[in-house]
Amino acid sequence: MSENLLNGTSDQSRNDTSAGRSASSRIVLAVLRRPEAAVALVAIAVIAITTLKRDAFLTSADSRRDLLLAPAILVLLAIGQTVVIITRSVDLSVGSILGLTAYATGRIFLDYPDLPWPVVAVFGMAIGAVLGLVNGALVAYGKVPALVITLGTLYIYRGIFLTWAGSDRINASDIPSNFLDLGTRQILAIPVLTIFAVVVLVIVGHYLHTARSGRELYAIGSDPDAAVLYGLRVSRRVLSAFVISGALAGLAGVFYVARYGTVSSGAGNGIEFQAVGAAVIGGVAIFGGSGTVWGAAIGAFLLITINRALPVIGIQDFWQRAVVGALILSAVVLDRVMADRRARHLAEERSAT
Amino acid sequence: MAAVLELRKVTKSFGSVAALRSADLRVDAGSIHALVGENGAGKSTLVKIVSGLYRRDSGEFRFDGREVDFGSTAEAKSDGIAVIYQEPTLFPDLSVVENIFMGRQPRDRWRRIDRSAMEAETRELFARLGVPLDPHRPARGLSIADQQIIEIAKAISLDAKLLIMDEPTAALSGSEVDRLFAVARGLRDEGRALVFISHRFDEVFDLCDTVTVMRDGEYVSTDAIDDVTVDEIVARMVGRAVAELFPKTPAELGDVVLEVNGLTSRGAFRDVSFQVRAGEIVGLAGLVGAGRSEIARAVFGVDRYDVGSVQLNGTPVPPHNPRAAIAAGIAFVPEDRRQQGLVTDGSIAQNVASVIRGGLTQLGLLTTEAERRAAGPWAGRLAVKTAALDLPATTMSGGNQQKVVIAKWLATEPKLLIVDEPTRGIDVGTKAEVHRLLSDLAGQGMAILLISSELPEVLGMADRILVVREGEISATLDRADATPERVMRAATRDVEDVA
Repeated sequence: MSENLLNGTSDQSRNDTSAGRSASSRIVLAVLRRPEAAVALVAIAVIAITTLKRDAFLTSADSRRDLLLAPAILVLLAIGQTVVIITRSVDLSVGSILGLTAYATGRIFLDYPDLPWPVVAVFGMAIGAVLGLVNGALVAYGKVPALVITLGTLYIYRGIFLTWAGSDRINASDIPSNFLDLGTRQILAIPVLTIFAVVVLVIVGHYLHTARSGRELYAIGSDPDAAVLYGLRVSRRVLSAFVISGALAGLAGVFYVARYGTVSSGAGNGIEFQAVGAAVIGGVAIFGGSGTVWGAAIGAFLLITINRALPVIGIQDFWQRAVVGALILSAVVLDRVMADRRARHLAEERSAT
Repeated sequence: MAAVLELRKVTKSFGSVAALRSADLRVDAGSIHALVGENGAGKSTLVKIVSGLYRRDSGEFRFDGREVDFGSTAEAKSDGIAVIYQEPTLFPDLSVVENIFMGRQPRDRWRRIDRSAMEAETRELFARLGVPLDPHRPARGLSIADQQIIEIAKAISLDAKLLIMDEPTAALSGSEVDRLFAVARGLRDEGRALVFISHRFDEVFDLCDTVTVMRDGEYVSTDAIDDVTVDEIVARMVGRAVAELFPKTPAELGDVVLEVNGLTSRGAFRDVSFQVRAGEIVGLAGLVGAGRSEIARAVFGVDRYDVGSVQLNGTPVPPHNPRAAIAAGIAFVPEDRRQQGLVTDGSIAQNVASVIRGGLTQLGLLTTEAERRAAGPWAGRLAVKTAALDLPATTMSGGNQQKVVIAKWLATEPKLLIVDEPTRGIDVGTKAEVHRLLSDLAGQGMAILLISSELPEVLGMADRILVVREGEISATLDRADATPERVMRAATRDVEDVA
């Protein structure tokens, strides 16, 4: 078994073909492999064009802060959504979880004004995690598609929120000022909430890349049947993906309170679709198995930035929504085209050996 | 030599269907053991029990000297059992390296995946196997042969004591088979045990040391490969009575109804030509995956074909157009009636009438009354046992469902009826009714093309048997000449050719 069982020339010929490929096509290939790069380029282009049209977009300190601060909440949701979508599921309940945890966070501040804010933030995340656990248990063990389950819990969680809150709302005056400060404070001109979001991004990104369980999420989404044959613990992994998504939606709820100070019944309404959109724009395949949280985070950044940029350059509200829609569609089409080209390229590469 | 795997009197049932009645298998270390048997003999079920996908109902199962009862594939795998399925199961989006190590990646002291160690081991594995595969490319788009090499690399890296290969050569070319066999022999010489499931006897005799024959979920025999001949093995695979089945009553053969000429679909079948006459039942026999259903689907126009022609009563049938095929007079009862043939949630009347709706509508509206009127005589004729035509089709037994599907197509008054596995999963009584129905229809001058994996059914029903092997018609046998052995030999790849 030690000797080479095929003819020894095959390695040789493969080296020849890769050396024959031009440098430019290698660069194209690298970009093809990284949809994140394309989205980042679009985001930079949007900022550049908007700044040319109205330079305050980048020169004013407030606007610059908003550029980084505004996407923080959506970035958290997009990270959680990505973890779920990678396993070939989807979590539509994140907007409701955000609303519910935001209200719960406010209530805790009201009822226990002496608790330090980090403890309250952990409570918020824990509530989100429990709500995610409910989603995950129903999806993983109930064997009902996540789309249906989380559509149901979207309404249930929102209903619990509305019943609990009644006609109440949380006002900025109910919130300790040191917590409200978090929403606006900056370190080295970078908003604190954004720093938190980036830290979460790095942790989850690192987890997905280097932990066995992280890689298994990709495997499950890529082919659930094969995952069973591999002996992976599919149900447990899917469950944990929903817990992560729920916990991050809970954290987003905490952020929401810090940023806005007020929580009304509409908090987080409809933001789940932006989260899914951000992930798709960032190159996360909706059928699972591929995509990164980096891409989803850039997608969230692009989505928010476009929403801020379009009014600045004087585009009407209707067209702003259409642009976002077009962005999602073009991301999907681009993904399709790239996948085809990659497939063709891989087939050629294989037949060349 | 020491037995690595030992199964004794293992049984497994699914509902009322017994997949394994009494399976025995003993595989020694350092040997390659062939497992052969007809379609449905229970080989796959056996493999799934060994690999931990199913649990046995009763019987002994010893692996590596211990009594085992695997609750999952992970347990079987960690004990050292690797399975290569006919269709490799890889993660298309992940890289080759990740596919090999998924779930058991080497880790550094921070419990992070050690990618460089993983990659180094992969390169070593590929060098040993002599495969020029890029470890970083995704598994998507790899040929079946390459995917199997990845499965083997996986098994080797697992240090598996037992490697089961379930028809691994079905999709491979000659040189790829040679490479696979060289690897398999190398593993045997290292002292591992291998189980090789195949229908190709030349390969079995070329590669294996021992052969076990199974039939109808039961153990038949185990012999050293040098002590048996192909004929003996074939006889043991098929040896059973044909009597229980309803034979076709002879019918007057009329004009040629279906004429297929040089039909070719790349990757599925090649140069298929045959005729079916009025009143004739032509059986398409062969192993699962040989291309029988694909040929039928191409004739009916569900699938495309590349070359060739299909004529019905001398008129060409346009390719890839099922509507035109129906209009021309072809009816097709597909293999999987739940998925393809029957609208199971609708009422029985709706199901029966669904293909003739165009003719039933009045002022563009389809009334339940019209459906029931059209369905009534057909259901009656087929003796479908159900209280009322308004009941949903899902409430019926498998046999009655099958009759509803056939009724549905008879309502179009076809000249040619194609039935694919008409009695699979049907109880013996209803089976005979379906057989009598087919015989009656032929007697009334209908041309019938019958696809069946059950040899007795084909032998009992068909006037002529076409045997399909790996996409080609390997033999045409008249009713008088057809024996189970001859059909089986033509269906499996054999050293000699069948006349």
